[in-house]
Order: sequence, then C-alpha cells, then structure tokens
Amino acid sequence: MEWEVVIGLETHVQLLTKSKIFSGASTAFGAAPNTQACAVDIALPGVLPVLNKAAVEKAIMFGLAVNANINRRSVFARKNYFYPDLPKGYQISQYEIPIVQGGTISIVVKEGEKNVRLTRAHLEEDAGKSLHENFRDMTGIDLNRAGTPLLEIVSEPDMRSAEEAVAYAKALHGLVRWIDICDGNMQEGSFRFDANVSVRPKRSAKLGTRCEIKNLNSFRFLEHAIEFEVRRQIGILEDGGVIEQETRLYDPEKNETRSMRTKEEAHDYRYFPDPDLLPLEVTQKWIDEMKDALTELPQARREHYKREYGLSAYDTSLLTDSQRKADFFEFAVKYLGGPGAKTVANWVNGELSAILNDRGIDFPQLPMEPIKFAEFMKLVVDGVISAKAAKEVLRRMSEGEGDAKTIVAKYGLTQISDAGEIEKIVDEVLAANPKQVEDYRVGKEKAFNSLVGQVMKVTKGKANPGQLNEILKRKLAS
Amino acid sequence: MFNFSLKQLSDLLAAKKISSAEVTREFLGRINRLNPLYNAFITVNEEASLQQALVADTKIAQGLAQPLTGIPVAHKDIFCAKGWRTTCGSKILSNFIAPYDAHVVERFKERGMVILGKTNMDEFAMGSSSETSYYGPVKNPWDVRAVPGGSSGGSAAAVAARMAPAAIGTDTGGSIRQPAALCGISGIKPTYGVVSRYGMIAFASSLDQGGPMARSAEDLALVLNVMAGFDARDSTSLDRPPEDYTRDLTKTLAGLKIGLPREYFAEGLSDDVAQAVEAAVGQYRKLGASTVEISLPNTKLSIPVYYVLAPAEASSNLSRYDGVRYGYRAPQYNDLLDMYRKTRAQGFGAEVKRRILIGTYVLSHGYYDAYYLKAQKLRRLIAQDFAEAFKKCDVIMGPTSPTAAFNIGEKSGDPVQMYLSDIYTIAVNLAGLPGMSIPCGFSHKKLPVGLHIIGNYFSEARMLNIAHQYQLATDWHKRMPEGI
Repeated sequence: MEWEVVIGLETHVQLLTKSKIFSGASTAFGAAPNTQACAVDIALPGVLPVLNKAAVEKAIMFGLAVNANINRRSVFARKNYFYPDLPKGYQISQYEIPIVQGGTISIVVKEGEKNVRLTRAHLEEDAGKSLHENFRDMTGIDLNRAGTPLLEIVSEPDMRSAEEAVAYAKALHGLVRWIDICDGNMQEGSFRFDANVSVRPKRSAKLGTRCEIKNLNSFRFLEHAIEFEVRRQIGILEDGGVIEQETRLYDPEKNETRSMRTKEEAHDYRYFPDPDLLPLEVTQKWIDEMKDALTELPQARREHYKREYGLSAYDTSLLTDSQRKADFFEFAVKYLGGPGAKTVANWVNGELSAILNDRGIDFPQLPMEPIKFAEFMKLVVDGVISAKAAKEVLRRMSEGEGDAKTIVAKYGLTQISDAGEIEKIVDEVLAANPKQVEDYRVGKEKAFNSLVGQVMKVTKGKANPGQLNEILKRKLAS
Repeated sequence: MFNFSLKQLSDLLAAKKISSAEVTREFLGRINRLNPLYNAFITVNEEASLQQALVADTKIAQGLAQPLTGIPVAHKDIFCAKGWRTTCGSKILSNFIAPYDAHVVERFKERGMVILGKTNMDEFAMGSSSETSYYGPVKNPWDVRAVPGGSSGGSAAAVAARMAPAAIGTDTGGSIRQPAALCGISGIKPTYGVVSRYGMIAFASSLDQGGPMARSAEDLALVLNVMAGFDARDSTSLDRPPEDYTRDLTKTLAGLKIGLPREYFAEGLSDDVAQAVEAAVGQYRKLGASTVEISLPNTKLSIPVYYVLAPAEASSNLSRYDGVRYGYRAPQYNDLLDMYRKTRAQGFGAEVKRRILIGTYVLSHGYYDAYYLKAQKLRRLIAQDFAEAFKKCDVIMGPTSPTAAFNIGEKSGDPVQMYLSDIYTIAVNLAGLPGMSIPCGFSHKKLPVGLHIIGNYFSEARMLNIAHQYQLATDWHKRMPEGI
C-alpha cells in the first residue's frame, strides 16, 4: 500500500526579552544555577505574576508577520501539573483564547512553493531545568529558565514529508530571527519542536492516529525523528497493527523514538483562567505601532526578487534565510546597477554561504560589510578576476584580510582581459604546439582544451576564459 | 492605655507624651498574659517588635511622624513579613521565614508602624471558626468555649481582648467580617483590588482581599488609609487616586437609604441576631435614614457557587507547597511521587485537603463546564443582584452571621453547617463589593452580634461614615469581654 505522511509541528520559540514573562528577573543564558530566579520565579507564598509587555509585542509582531489574526482579548490560563522544575505547580499559558490565531508560513520544497497554515500562537512561560548529572541519587533544580517567555507556534497538519517539515521549521526559524523576536539558538534551546506525526493510506481523507514526538532541538533530529517514526508507524500498520496515540521521546544517540506516555497516562491539566492576571487587551493602536516597527518581511522580499530579477523560488528562499544575507544580495545588485542579479545570487547562496558554513558562523557574525561584498562582485562581473581567483579573494575577505582590490593587488590575482595581450600569448602557444593545432583541425575537440590549458599555464591562470575561448577559436579557424 | 483609640494613641505619640516602645511593650505584656487563654497569636517576636518601635520613636523624635507612626498592629499570619515566620496556619509552612514584605507590610513599615505579632487563623484561611489551624483553635475572649469565627479569628480575638489596638486580616468569603461580628469588633473588607494581594498568601485569588480589624469605624478608616493603594506587582490592584477614608466620617446620615434584603431576614437567622440587627436598623432611622425592602434573589446560590470557585482556585494556588523548595518536607520517602504525597498528606490539614479535592474535581476534564464554568456564570448573576439593589438604596444592611459565636467543636464535624455561617458574607466577595461588620448588640448567651453593611464599589468612605455615626450614638463597640 502507498502511504501518506501527515505532520504538524508545535514550535517553542524563546522570545528575546530582557526580563521574564511574569517577573523582573533576567533571561540571560548561562548564569550560575538559581541566580536568575526571583521570588516570583521560585513561587514563594504570596507572590503574583505581572505580564511583561515586551513579550506581548513580540507575539503581536509574529502574528503580523504571518498574516494572522491578533486577538484583541486573550486569556492566560493555568496548566496544572506537578514537577520539581515547575515551581508553582502550574504553568501560565494561553489555552482557549490565544493572542495569535491563523496565519501561514510559505515554504519551498522540490515540488515548488507551498503554504503551511498555522493554527495559533500563544504566550506562555518556560519551566526550569532538572539536572540529573553531578547529583548522586538526587536531582538538582535550576530555576533560571523558569518564567522565560515562550511563543508556542502550532501548525496545522499540512506537511507531507520530513523534508517539508524541515523546510517549514527552517522558514519559521528564519522568520523569527528576521523580525528579531528570537535569537534562534537551538543549542541553548531557544527554538525547539514537538512533532505530531501520523500516516494514512494515500488518498484517504481520514487522518491516522498521531504520535507526538517531544523536544527536538535541531533540524537534523527533527528530520531523523520523523523518518524513524514514519517507518515505525508504517511497519505496525503493514503488519496489521494499530497505532496507539501516545507521546514519544526521540533519542538522538540511538536514532529512535520511544514511548513516554500513552493516551491513558496523559495528564489532566485542569486548565482554568488564571485569576491573578486580567485578560490581555490589545488595542488597534498597539497593533499599528507594531506594524510600523516591523521591517520588510522575507516573503515580500522573495516576491520582489522574483519579479524584479527573475530569480527562482529556490534561490529567493535561500537568499531570505536571514535579513543580513538578503541585505548582502540586495546591496550588491543595486551597486552593480544593472544585470548580474543571478550571478550575485549564485555567489551569495553558493561560495559565500559555503565559506560561512565551513567556519560555522552565520551572516550576522560575518566580519564584512555589504558594501565590501558589492565591490567584490563588481570585480567578478567586470571580469577583473577569474572565478577561481574570486573564490580565493572572497575567502580572504571573510577572514578579515581587507577589501577585494587590496587582496587582488597583494596576490596578483588580476585577470588578463586585454585582447591584444591574450592574442600575443595565443600566437606563441599555437606556434609552439603544431601537433595540437593539427589535431584540432582534423576534428579532435580535446586538443582545444589542451591549448587552453597551455595558455592558462603561461598566464598562471589569469587569462579571461571567455576572451581566450573566443580568440583561440578565431585563430584556429583562420 | 490599652483602651485608647488609634487616634488617641497617635496623638499622644506625635506629642511625645508616650513612646512607641511604651505602647508596644504594653501590648506585648498583654499578649504575654492573655494569649495562653485565647491562642490568638502563632508567632510573637518581642525583640523584632521593639526594634521597630525604636525606629518609630526615632522617626517621631526627628519630627517625621505621620498618622499611626509608632502604632503596633497585629498581622494575620497570612501576610509575608521579612524575617518573620509566616505559616498561614499550616504545618506545611511551619518553618517558612518570609524573605520579603507583602505590599501591606511595606506600607506599614514606611509609616513606622510596628508588627506586634502574627495572628492565628484557619489553615490557609479555609474555615469559619479558626479551628482548622495547625497551631490549635483560637478561643473567643467573650467565652472561651466559643469560637472567635474565622478565618481571621486570631486577629479578631487579639483586638477583642485588647492584645492589639488594631489588626489586619483577609476576607475571601467573610473572614474579616464574620470573626469581627463574633468577637464584637469592627472590620471592613474593601472593594476587590483596593488592597494589594502581593505578599498575602493566596487562598482564592479572585476573592481574597485584605482589610483592617479594629474597635471602631474611625480606627478602621485610619488603618485603611495606610493599607489601601495601587501596587504594580498585583495585576488585579486598581490604579486609583489615593483616598482619605476618614473624610466623610462626620457627615450626617439624613436621607440615607438603607436596603434590607428579604433573603437576609429569612429562615436560618436566629432570633437574637435578628432582634439586634432590627434594633440597629431602628437606630439608623433615628439618625435620619430610611429603609426599603430589597431582594437579592440569587443569595441561596452564593454558597454552592463559592464552594466551586474558591476550592478550584485554591487547589491550584496550593500546588506550590510540594516540599521541593521551601516549607515542610516529609522526612522519609521513596521517590519523587512518594515525596509529594507524603509531604502534602502530612503537611495539610483535613479541611485544606477537602477543598483541594473539591477544587481538583470541579476543574477536571469533563466536569469543568458543569461546575466551574456554570459557577462563573452564576457569579455574574449574583453581582447583577447587587447592581439592581443599589438602584434602590445607598447601602445594604443585614446580619453578618446567622448566629452569634457557636461552640468549639460544634460544627467542625459538619462542613456544610460550617459553610452556612458565611451565608450573608460570601456573595459580597463573589461580587467584589466592600462589606463591613460592626457590633450591634448581644445574643441571649451574651455573645456579640454584628451588623453587616454592604456598600457599592468604592464606597468605603461612605460606609465608614455610616458605621461611625452609629458608633457615636451607641456604645456596643466599647463593650469589653470580662476577665481581660
């Protein structure tokens, strides 16, 4: 039987606020345990939560960025359960009425573009951490993270493969950094997913029973966990079994998911509106202010690039990974003032991204100004340096060795684009290699490449390949 | 000195005729002598109190005295006070030393007022008799066989026995007004949101409200002036300009329209309480007021609504007492779940457990709509009753409690009978209205009876005026128990 995979993601996005969502304690990562937990965070008797406006603003910005409905009135509820790193015995979250409802995220996959619908996004507080290492027969509790603001973004079950899920996750990751509501640091847990996965026979309208896979904190784990889970579910179904609705945990070391709790063991969270907090009212004025604060969104830029420069959906989606990356592209294209957008896109998405990848950094950390990259692109487009030399120049620039012109001069990387000079060298090479000339004339194409190689050898690879081709062909034909 | 009003004490202090240390010592001495009889205090810390008195005396010496500077006040053991053990009447907080001050405590400290001690109370304010305290029952100074009411029974008994010139309490369903009535003192629960709940240990967040307990309406007004005020740390605190609650005390009552709810003078009200309340209403007519019969048709719903909503909130509010970070932890356990179970089984008393169970049940999946949601809807109907009533009258009067103080043990085995003793007070919390109780006579067993005054939102100053004018014309509030 052919199976269809159905995936929905719940993404926990840690909001970039200075203080916690319901207290004044700092949210900075990495402090000594329990030094960033105030009376409210450790839930002393008598303390009360006060909502941090900055967290609300970031939620509104997200809602606007995905074209969602911002609820004018949303309600904080208590999700009740006992756990040592949950100091109050309940988590303050939004349940029946979240701040953001609806919206879409556009993703690009092999088959083209696709919109993933969002169900909702709601504000909530994070729990602390239980530390099991370094404590013999005991568990340590670090409440620094308790009360950190989260936006939980819930998608509709619109994804049909692990690839689509990863594309969605990456698009979302790019967006939250683009609008600067999250640092996107996955190692520190600022951006993590739970995946709801089910399978059903192709063309079946009814959804299969889903399993929720908890706490995936990298794109790779997300992909592997889904792939494993899909294989597991199909295996069970093909053996005539049924899927139990359950919560599963992904083990990256064994690359497998395993059961955490079944539906019967599911908690009854006894949600009810938090009487310590008034309903959250958002005025149109506030929404308008957030609209004004929002920069041009990646989706708008993608449309612009497609229309203006005729770039593909794939190229534009890569270019808009981050705002700084898009800035690099745009600045260079404008600097060149004419055609060459595709070349610039190829360099930004290709060589420059590869260099960053090798160095394990991202565009924001690149010690290079967009203007410097634009100057570099001009040298490439004008044929001043060869593609090969350009790669070296760019690498040296990214390491902070200076601007393109300086590097080209320092290492003598200028391309020979003087037709007269190339002609002179070509004449010398043809004179010195009568056999190859003869071979070419009787139809041995390979001989041409050999002659090109000879010229390049003489010029130390600096001859403009386009011009060389043209001159060589002309000479051989005469 | 122990019978002086707050105004008298304050004037003497400001004139440097007496010192705060002297006043504080006087009351500490009385606590020392009388508390063994009444068990009104859980914690007394003479050294800390006298230290505060010295700070107050310095303030006065520097000419920085404000109203009530140097006055000692007893605090219900539900208000966190830095460095003071704060137990909320529970074993589970028996070792909890508060590391911070409640908003109310901060305001008292700014005034240079003295904490005289932490008063006994029903565990987590759950009770109407102060019998559910882990620290033993409080006894009524008018008759040690009788309860003082609850949950602020320790504060009420402390003021009645003149162990404190004034006290503070909290009122979730009548916990200031009912013990005030049963102990023959005055108490006011302000409009919800007037006094910050920050640092006041939560029982039922949407109902809890702090307020003063004292011997007269005038004293209440002076203490409320200090307690009330906006606090950004409590999201339900109301941001309103400060008020002087003494401003209307001397106003005449001519033209005052008193509403008498039919439902408050019906079945269940004892004859002696009814007679005292009717006599008080008669006194008000003499003072120029007129009366009108009104109806609060949903009165009978207030107890069932309250006993869904308050336990629901409490079951969640009390989850933090888990033995992990502070408070009592069971000495022996096998694993985490066992630690939770034993800690809470050993740390909470029977009434608290009962309410946690009720609250957990009504919030459970499948029951939420039928209980919690329905109760919220009815809560609005109850508030609507009052809104209708206040179209016909300025203030509502009736009995605070259906009977005078009952005996210790009399109702502790029958929770529903116990809950019924708050039948008149609970609706006021559900509506968020201000309510007060003032002494208006005695039962046939010579126990105090309270007159319940319910005002419209933010009408505290007017209510205090209404109470004060009555107290100028009568002396019920000046009566003292024997043997103190």
